[in-house]
This record gives sequence, C-alpha cells and structure tokens, in this order.
Amino acid sequence: MCLGIPGRVSAVLDEANGLVEVEVSGVRRAVDAVCVADPDAPLSALIGTWVLVHVGFAMSRIDEAEAMNTLRLLAEIGELDAEVSAMQGMETRA
Amino acid sequence: MNGTLRFIDEFRDPALAENLFAEIAVTAARIAAGRDRPVTIMEVCGGHTHTIFRYALEARMPETIQFAHGPGCPVCVLPRGRVDDAIAIARHKEVIFTTFGDAMRVPGAQGSLIQARAAGADIRLVYSPLDALALAKANPDREVVFFALGFETTMPSTALTILRAARSNIKNFSLLCHHITIIPTLRALLEQPDFPVDGFIGPGHVAMVIGTRPFQFLPEEFGQPLVVSGFEPLDILQSLLMVLRQIETGKPQVENQYRRVVPEDGNKAAMAAVAEVYETRPECEWRGLGTIAESGVRLAPAWEVYDAEKRFDLTLHQAPDPEGCRCNDVLVGRIRPWDCAAFGTICTPENPLGALMVSSEGACAAYYQYQGMKRAG
Repeated sequence: MCLGIPGRVSAVLDEANGLVEVEVSGVRRAVDAVCVADPDAPLSALIGTWVLVHVGFAMSRIDEAEAMNTLRLLAEIGELDAEVSAMQGMETRA
Repeated sequence: MNGTLRFIDEFRDPALAENLFAEIAVTAARIAAGRDRPVTIMEVCGGHTHTIFRYALEARMPETIQFAHGPGCPVCVLPRGRVDDAIAIARHKEVIFTTFGDAMRVPGAQGSLIQARAAGADIRLVYSPLDALALAKANPDREVVFFALGFETTMPSTALTILRAARSNIKNFSLLCHHITIIPTLRALLEQPDFPVDGFIGPGHVAMVIGTRPFQFLPEEFGQPLVVSGFEPLDILQSLLMVLRQIETGKPQVENQYRRVVPEDGNKAAMAAVAEVYETRPECEWRGLGTIAESGVRLAPAWEVYDAEKRFDLTLHQAPDPEGCRCNDVLVGRIRPWDCAAFGTICTPENPLGALMVSSEGACAAYYQYQGMKRAG
C-alpha cells in the first residue's frame, strides 16, 4: 500500500475529471492524475511521463531511472506481481 | 556471514553498499563508545521494515546498532473493534463492502473479513477506491462501502474519490474511515517514559504528501534526528548514516534523503483534497498502542452523507487488544519480538494475535518469515 508502483502515462482518458491511462508492467489502467497535473497545462502534457501510482492515484512524477529502480525493488521484495494483479482487478492477496 | 559476497551483489551498486556498511559501522562504534546500550534507530514506515528484512540489513549491522520497527504499517495497527465495525456493515444485505486485500485477514474480536465473506457477506477486494466508486455506479440498487485505511499516503486517494462521487452525483457510496496520521503518533511515542530510540528514518511516501516540515518538532522539541528516506536498501543505508552523523555531531534536524520524490512542501493538490474532505477525530484507537489523541480523521460535516458510520447508524465497537500481546514494547524497541512469550507460539502469521504479526510489514511477521524462530532463546 505505501510503496506504490511506477507507470508511464500513455493517454488522456477524461480531461475534465483528471483521468489518464497509465501503463504499469504491460498493464494499462485508469489513474487519477489530479495530484501530478500542472493546473495550467492540458493533461496531454503528462503523456510519456513516469509517475508513482498509489492505489490508483498518481502521487509523484519520477524520472525513468527512478522508475526502473523502484520496479526492481518491488520485484525483489515480492510485491510486483501482487500489485500488478491487484491493478487488473484480480484477487491475489487474500 | 555465509555468502557475504552474494549478499552484497543483491544491491544495485554493491561497491556503494559496501562503503555505506563500513561507514555506518565506524560511525556507530564512535557513538557507542561509552554507552551501555546499542544506538537504536526507528524506521517509522512498514515499507522500510519490509526492505530492511528482505535485504537482511539488520543482520548485517554491527552490534552497536539496533532497529526499532515503528508503527507505520496501517494494517497492523487496525484495532479489533474497527474490524468488527467493518463486519457489522458488511453483513447488511444491501451492502457491497470493498477493501484493500491487506485488511482481509486482520482479526477482529469476532473474526476477520475473510471469515465474514465465507459466512456470506458480499466483501470484495479492490485495488483502488476508484474501483469501489465504479462498483457503486454499476450497482445503483446496492450500497457500496469502501474501507478507507492508511496513513497520509492513501488519504488523498479517498478524499479525491469522495469529491469525484459528489461531482458524479453517485449517492450509494460511502467510506468506513479509519485513516490515521503519523505525526501525533510519533509525538505520543516520544512522550512515553523510557523511550529508547536515538533517531528516526522518516516515512518517504507520507512526506511525499505532507512534506518535511511537519516533522520539525522531532529535533526542535525532542532533540531527535529524522531523515526522510526512500525505499531501496541503498536509500535506507544512506539515511541511517545521515541519522548517525546527526547523533554524533549532536545537531539533530530533519533531512531529506528522498528529494527525488519528496518536495519540502509535499503535494499541494493532495493536501487540499484532504483538508476539504476530512477533519481530525478527537482520538483514534490503535492496535498495540491504545488510544492516541487526534491521530485519525473522519469525514467533515459537509461530507457526512458519505460517512458509513452515519449512514448505517453504527455504534463503534470497542475491543481491547488480546491478553499476552507485547506489541507496544516491541514497537518502541524495549524488547525484541522473540522476547514476547506469544511470538511463534500463540501468535503466528497464520493466526496473528498482535498487531505486528498481522502483515508482512509488521516487525514480528517479518522476523518470523525471514529469520524463523532461530533467534528465539
């Protein structure tokens, strides 16, 4: 819950409601981008940006090296598969 | 020290790891000279606890250093009464009760959510509060309740979901809110008599939201160093060294090792949503720590319509921690997990009695998983 997972913004889903599509380890899902969006720019400015996603909300913009290091960490502590499965709506944790 | 080289190879930059370990040992030895106990450093966040165990950082430390594995695992500190509240709501037949998977196994006084689901309650795991809101939209004849758990890191997500529900005019959605805040809890720990901690590794993703300033009271009022840290093992080693250097120079302050993610001011959009939707509770109950003043939030009056406590006219359950638990002593580093008589006997990850055995981020569960019982006795 507290580690989050890095993903890359791939599309704008709903400009008015601050929703973007983020690709995380090959999985695409809707993510709320309100906390990382520049209020003076369209959401499309985020496309291609790496973000740290916590429970469906992008909470921080990060660079690609940071994203890779965090993905590696998640894999090594055994959290990556669980997180990605959970994002897809699969029940893996209970 | 079987396989030291192989171990070091696990680090992204083994040479840097080796240097950090060496520098930590030398610095800790200088500090420890003339003291009768090890230098004790508390990592506040459960994510840090997980990393410390996964990379055996504690086992690699000299005897002059010990970690106290702090209270920052929200699932661990979920009190029994709150689980009972969740089950009481989930049993309403019109309710779809949604939760993060981590909370499913946490034992209440009357069983866990997983047991309630087996008994027929409609309880579903979701990844995000957004998914719970989508369920509400798709099931207008049902009441969807989301179990809002977590520290400041996840608080913006539920606040923003409530704002989204209001904008979309979705009315069959509510939160059972048990969000907790770390700052009053750190203060409560520090005010305990006989608190044997010399410095803190601060929670990186809480600070990502609230910034570093709220931690200033640690050096200013309690003379305690705190270094906000990232989650990689190298981050934790570097943060530990920064804490040790502060202890050695006698100049405690708040430092930010995780600048690449944590702005000094936090995330303004996230904080604005939290301030709009939530208000501080007069007190909040923690498993293992008792009741701590102003350590949790609830929906502010303007958003009461989304408050499951109000919607289901819930009388909050109170259930004291089980007998025999010494979680509080373990949390503050007064004893080690294996000093507790319940550890590994009547308290195991399969049947957790105490907070710290509940989730893999809890100190006792981590010891049990990564070190087994070999250090017992």
